[in-house]
Amino acid sequence: MITIKNLDFSYKNAAVFRNISLEFKKGNIYGLLGENGVGKTTLLKIICGLQFPNNGTCRVDDFIPQERNPHFLQNIFYLPEEVITDDTTPDVYVNKLGVFYPNYDYSYFLNLMKELEVDPKRKFNALSFGQKKKALLACALSLRTEYLLLDEPTNGLDIPSKALFRKVILQHGVTTDTTDLHRLPTIIISTHQVKDVENLIDPIVILDHDEVLLNATFEEISSKLFFEYGAEKSDEALYTEQMPGGFINVIPNKFEMDSKVNVEALFNAVRNNKKRIKEIFNN
Amino acid sequence: MEFKAHQPIYLQIYLYICEMILNGKYNIGDKIMSVREMAIEVGVNPNTVMRSYELLQSKNIIINKRGIGFNVSENAKELILEEQKKQFMEEELPEIIKKFKMFGISMKEIENLIEN
Repeated sequence: MITIKNLDFSYKNAAVFRNISLEFKKGNIYGLLGENGVGKTTLLKIICGLQFPNNGTCRVDDFIPQERNPHFLQNIFYLPEEVITDDTTPDVYVNKLGVFYPNYDYSYFLNLMKELEVDPKRKFNALSFGQKKKALLACALSLRTEYLLLDEPTNGLDIPSKALFRKVILQHGVTTDTTDLHRLPTIIISTHQVKDVENLIDPIVILDHDEVLLNATFEEISSKLFFEYGAEKSDEALYTEQMPGGFINVIPNKFEMDSKVNVEALFNAVRNNKKRIKEIFNN
Repeated sequence: MEFKAHQPIYLQIYLYICEMILNGKYNIGDKIMSVREMAIEVGVNPNTVMRSYELLQSKNIIINKRGIGFNVSENAKELILEEQKKQFMEEELPEIIKKFKMFGISMKEIENLIEN
């Protein structure tokens, strides 16, 4: 489990987080959402020990990331948004990387590359942007770490590749046993491309400038908010969005009605009603 | 799996499994896919699939055998049909009847349709 408590962080004079607290529970695929510049990447970097908090604590199980204990580092991997562009091949790269990770699985890497349709022996600088992203994803998964932090992993992927991305993430495990729910890794996917990962992520964390607006499972969200798909705008709606054939109204769920969570509408509802949302979810 | 836009995903997976039991893809006593396998098959977070399985279990359509997995219960088919009939009678049929009335379709015409 990742536990962040009363954490402050700033770059020189620009405050990114002020007194934020949140938890990431084990074995889940978290979606980390937020507008550009709210600190999604910074949060991932703090979790893996690349940035240090100014105040407060970040713990991952029994470890404090900034101590950079090898037993911690060999079980966490952060995949940045930026890609590698030099003249190594994914095959060479992953074998160099794998030395540091005891669960590293080369044959799994080869299978992933096949599934993602990228040639492992082709140099990074000869791959398209999407292919680079997919190759690096395969590298990251093949390390089979308990914690995997993916920063904007679907950026630049074409439509079939996005579907492949979802498939390999769902198939992914710390071990090769696909029946065991208890051995699922903890994955955090930071994204603003909500549509790409809508059915993949649960829980959802929404970050804002220096605060956490929401950290909730789909089940919690649908018990607190009702997503009404209808022909009219609702007066009670926290947020209304026009869509083909009508409107989505996001309404406080007073009558325990069941509905389909629309993550884009949720995101906008949360952004436009920061205080109300906190009240609704803290009750 | 293609999902409908407005129905909770966990309910759609629930109905998908009910459908597989009704059409004989799963028979009484069969072990159904694990939560993990189903999540991969339909491309959805395992937590969502877990909710579908919990619903199936609460309605006695599947039974959780600890350490083994989920099996189709003895009267799964009857339970599903009963539920779907109830839903049809209460929600869909009134709409159909409304249309019969709107278009002035007689009982005789309906009888003919059913017989053919």
